[in-house]
Amino acid sequence: MKIDVEKVAQLAALKLTDQEIKTYGQQLSSILSHFNKITKVDTGNLSPMVTPTDIKNEFREDDVIHWENAETAVANAPEKSGNLFKVPPVV
Amino acid sequence: MEILNKSLSQLKAHIAEGEISCEAVTAAYLGQIKKLNDDLNAFITVNDNALERAHELDKKHKSGEDLGPLGGLPIAIKDLLCTRGIRTTAGSKILENFVPPYSSTVTSRLEEAGAIVLGKTNLDEFAMGSSTETSYFGVCKNPWDTQRVPGGSSGGSAAAVAARMTPAAIGTDTGGSIRQPSSFCGIVGVKPTYGRVSRYGITAFASSLDQAGPMTSNVKDSALILQYIAGRDSQDYTTASNEVPDWYANINPNVSGKTVGLLKEYFEEGAMSSDVRKAVENTIDVLKGLGVNFKEVSVPQIDTAVSTYYLIATSEASSNLARYDGVRFGYRSDFKEEPAKNIADFYARTRAEGFGEEVKRRILMGTFSLSSGYYDAYYDKACRVRALLKKQFNEALEGCDILLGPVTTGPAFKIGERIDDPIEMYNNDIFTTACNLVGAQA
Repeated sequence: MKIDVEKVAQLAALKLTDQEIKTYGQQLSSILSHFNKITKVDTGNLSPMVTPTDIKNEFREDDVIHWENAETAVANAPEKSGNLFKVPPVV
Repeated sequence: MEILNKSLSQLKAHIAEGEISCEAVTAAYLGQIKKLNDDLNAFITVNDNALERAHELDKKHKSGEDLGPLGGLPIAIKDLLCTRGIRTTAGSKILENFVPPYSSTVTSRLEEAGAIVLGKTNLDEFAMGSSTETSYFGVCKNPWDTQRVPGGSSGGSAAAVAARMTPAAIGTDTGGSIRQPSSFCGIVGVKPTYGRVSRYGITAFASSLDQAGPMTSNVKDSALILQYIAGRDSQDYTTASNEVPDWYANINPNVSGKTVGLLKEYFEEGAMSSDVRKAVENTIDVLKGLGVNFKEVSVPQIDTAVSTYYLIATSEASSNLARYDGVRFGYRSDFKEEPAKNIADFYARTRAEGFGEEVKRRILMGTFSLSSGYYDAYYDKACRVRALLKKQFNEALEGCDILLGPVTTGPAFKIGERIDDPIEMYNNDIFTTACNLVGAQA
């Protein structure tokens, strides 16, 4: 199976080197051929199981909860200006 | 008093009776960490405030206050769980300097119960690995043989308990990450039923599979820890509201009359090394001697568990790890010399530099499984096989109290032996992944 790694990397927002594109391409196609056996399993009319527990939608009041302060919220920012996140110009 | 070889339950009794101080206990384990961590690399960060907290607990104790059910007991936390004010890296460069402004429910419950966080343990990057070799902070070593891996991804927690650098640790298990390192390091580890323990504040890998649990030197100590981390949490709507029984008080060694199922697929010729087979057979003999009945059961589709697991886990991971974009927290590329061409370039360069090789491999695999044209064949199909596995497990469990089987195909392997072969590394997880898919405790 041939995988268009460049396209997948673009979807995944990862910049890959030419060497990585080659290596991951080979690895992913051999991993996926190995995983391909699941496509042949007869799953009858079973619905896809996305989580192990039965989850019901739960509603809660839309209350305002006081949480720390702005300084704490932006403390981990790679770059900031006062209490604002700062990013380089990208256009 | 000798401290390091005491069990958690023994330490609990000694502290409660005032025979030993919290400070002495914490100091003893910090000393052992200092002595061994350069060799083993089990801890990424040691909590600088651990001794101070122990000292405060001693003061409280002297004034007659109750310290809580885990009062003064040291515990190590896998560096995937957020600890307020203590750096939490997930073993990744992208979170190298991240100091969480809040705590995970697991760690805040432990602290409310009186436990002392000793530090944060090494792990495979974002818990993606079975050997703790993918950690950005360097490989962790197995204390029984430092040429070998401790297992993973909770390898630091397992090594720390085995080397008595802590009497107990917290690990997380998405496809075997508590059980496999516990097995490789000769300790006890419990992966709780999905929904038993809150995932709030635990760096997400695969949300429908992740569970945190205790890692200790014996079963009773695991019961003690699990008791105080389990239960409904309004911050995680997938937690069950079932009552948490008193496992610690009601632990009962009498297993006579219980029925244990053996999955025949797990015991096929060549399924495990002769050493592992001998160990499992010994366990079966011991249990037979205690009056346990054995029954052969079958999960015919079990051979697809690893493939199903990796397709689902990587799909969920590719979505969960989309949040690391270098904007609000975490690593950001240096754009001073070569400015970002556009916003996509900003994200892609930051993520390419911040994530390690295995994490990128899994993000790519998951993105592919979820992408248009392949979704039905891979992610959706894997979820249907998952439903089939759950049905077959439920049938196998009918008339059995539990199932028994090996954790790994062989003993701890050598560092570097399998890291370059992803398929071989993934196939290591053959006995562990099914329990996560069906949500069972293990």
